[in-house]
Amino acid sequence: MPLDTIYHVNTPEGISLRLSPAGPVPRMLAWMIDILIRFAINAVLFSILGFMGKTGLGIGLIISFLLEWFYPVYFELYKNGQTPGKKTFDLYVTMENASPITPAASIIRNLLRFVDFLPLFYGFGFVSMMLTDRFQRLGDLVAGTVVLHQTHETNVLDEIKAEPITPPVSLKLNEQQALIRFYQRRPYLTDERADELARFTVPLIDKDEPKPASRLMGISSWIMGNR
Amino acid sequence: MSAIRQSQFVDKHEALWKHFDEWLDYQELSSWAKRSKKKAVKVPDDLDFPLAYRQICHHFALANSRLYSPILVERLNKLVIRGHQKLYSTRTHFWRDFLQFFAGGFPALIRQEWKVVSIAAFLFYVPFIAILVAIQFYPDLIYSVMDGSQVRDLESMYDPELHNKLGRERESDSDLYMFGYYIKHNIGIDFQLFAGGMLFGIGSLFFLLFNGIFLGAAFGHMTYIGYYDTFWGFVVGHGAFELQAAFLSGAAGLKLAEALIMPGRKSRGRALIDNGKIAVKIMYGVIVFSIIAAFLEAFWSSTVMPVMIKYVVGACLWALVAAYFIFAGRKST
Repeated sequence: MPLDTIYHVNTPEGISLRLSPAGPVPRMLAWMIDILIRFAINAVLFSILGFMGKTGLGIGLIISFLLEWFYPVYFELYKNGQTPGKKTFDLYVTMENASPITPAASIIRNLLRFVDFLPLFYGFGFVSMMLTDRFQRLGDLVAGTVVLHQTHETNVLDEIKAEPITPPVSLKLNEQQALIRFYQRRPYLTDERADELARFTVPLIDKDEPKPASRLMGISSWIMGNR
Repeated sequence: MSAIRQSQFVDKHEALWKHFDEWLDYQELSSWAKRSKKKAVKVPDDLDFPLAYRQICHHFALANSRLYSPILVERLNKLVIRGHQKLYSTRTHFWRDFLQFFAGGFPALIRQEWKVVSIAAFLFYVPFIAILVAIQFYPDLIYSVMDGSQVRDLESMYDPELHNKLGRERESDSDLYMFGYYIKHNIGIDFQLFAGGMLFGIGSLFFLLFNGIFLGAAFGHMTYIGYYDTFWGFVVGHGAFELQAAFLSGAAGLKLAEALIMPGRKSRGRALIDNGKIAVKIMYGVIVFSIIAAFLEAFWSSTVMPVMIKYVVGACLWALVAAYFIFAGRKST
């Protein structure tokens, strides 16, 4: 049983895309950034238009209405599903099948924000996100949309050089995979954490090995094909 | 080991992947950024995009089945998602669709959804008319709907004594202000009527009844105290659009509730998505109707002219709206 929230979508090209839906916390933070931006725009708007008397206020009300309901719609449709807040946290909105969001879907999910916000501060939206396996709030469910994490370009780091060490026991394919994974993630780990992880592989390395991580790197390097 | 083949694999296709990425980056630039002279953007070579996309899909599948390193697989996955997003995006012809929808699609949709529409109309207009009539016999009823200060505000707005001066009822610069106010306030209420449908219809039900009773009470009270011309003259024009927008957004909300309460042979999730598509179309109509109503309310209803003209125009608008929903869009269906 998978522990992560990744789900797969099959495309007409016969491959399956790996998509990772975003949970409530990054979405809430993104929403807060958007709220601040909207608040700032409103503040500037009314302080400028205030000088124009009632006409200015009228224009201000129309613009603040548009900001309230259609600010996310604009960004979702024209900026690759990313409001500024979502962009900050590398989130984006798409249809469930990972195709770009349609105008109708964007309008639905943003009009239904009102019920997601009930009874206070996105209460229903939160419950709905907890009950669905793709973290969808009510608006997402009706529109058929999801909010996904955008994966960063990870450079294939082959620069790290480790002296290849022949593994003392023969390894199964999935074990080799795990070691390659460790090898490639090594630059992102602290030395202490790397050692800690390496100690799980005790039959591979000595129990009292002083530098378990670098020894494991050597073995991984051998598996990667460096002889 | 597979890893050697992996590095060969990467060497062989790296150029295509880079090119593909750059090409997509370039496509995502705004036309303004593409032409900007300050930061000249390198125009990538032409790319047969669908072909390249299929190739990369193939690479991704190979990388998966050959158990290449997760980082490489992740990188290809990202490329494929970007390509997928680009290839399957749709071009919309906004103005053509817009005109087609309002020339016939919208009234046809309302007739097709006559069940939820008539339920919503019933929930809105029956309390509206009932309380309007009831107040003629039991005028104190108004105070069970509004408090005293609301009633006084309402009375002062339409007091004929204050409307005797010639010309316009308020300074013309406040017309635009009122337009903004009506847009923000009225369309906001319509959106709530719609969204309330997601609470198994209870939200829409409540707002429909509440607005029906509240407006009916206001109409009834104004009629009872005899402010016929100032009040009815003011509301008859834009009411043709505003009242329909109000109950139609309730109908859109009920359409969502229908998916939750009786999804039929579909799963609730599927039914919600299908009904949501219909409901949002009703909301497009509601938005346009509300904007027309706000425009009329701000720029037409507030002008002072012989009240007969207002009644005639108002009657024409009501007839127009009725005819639109009954006759428009019949040919195409």
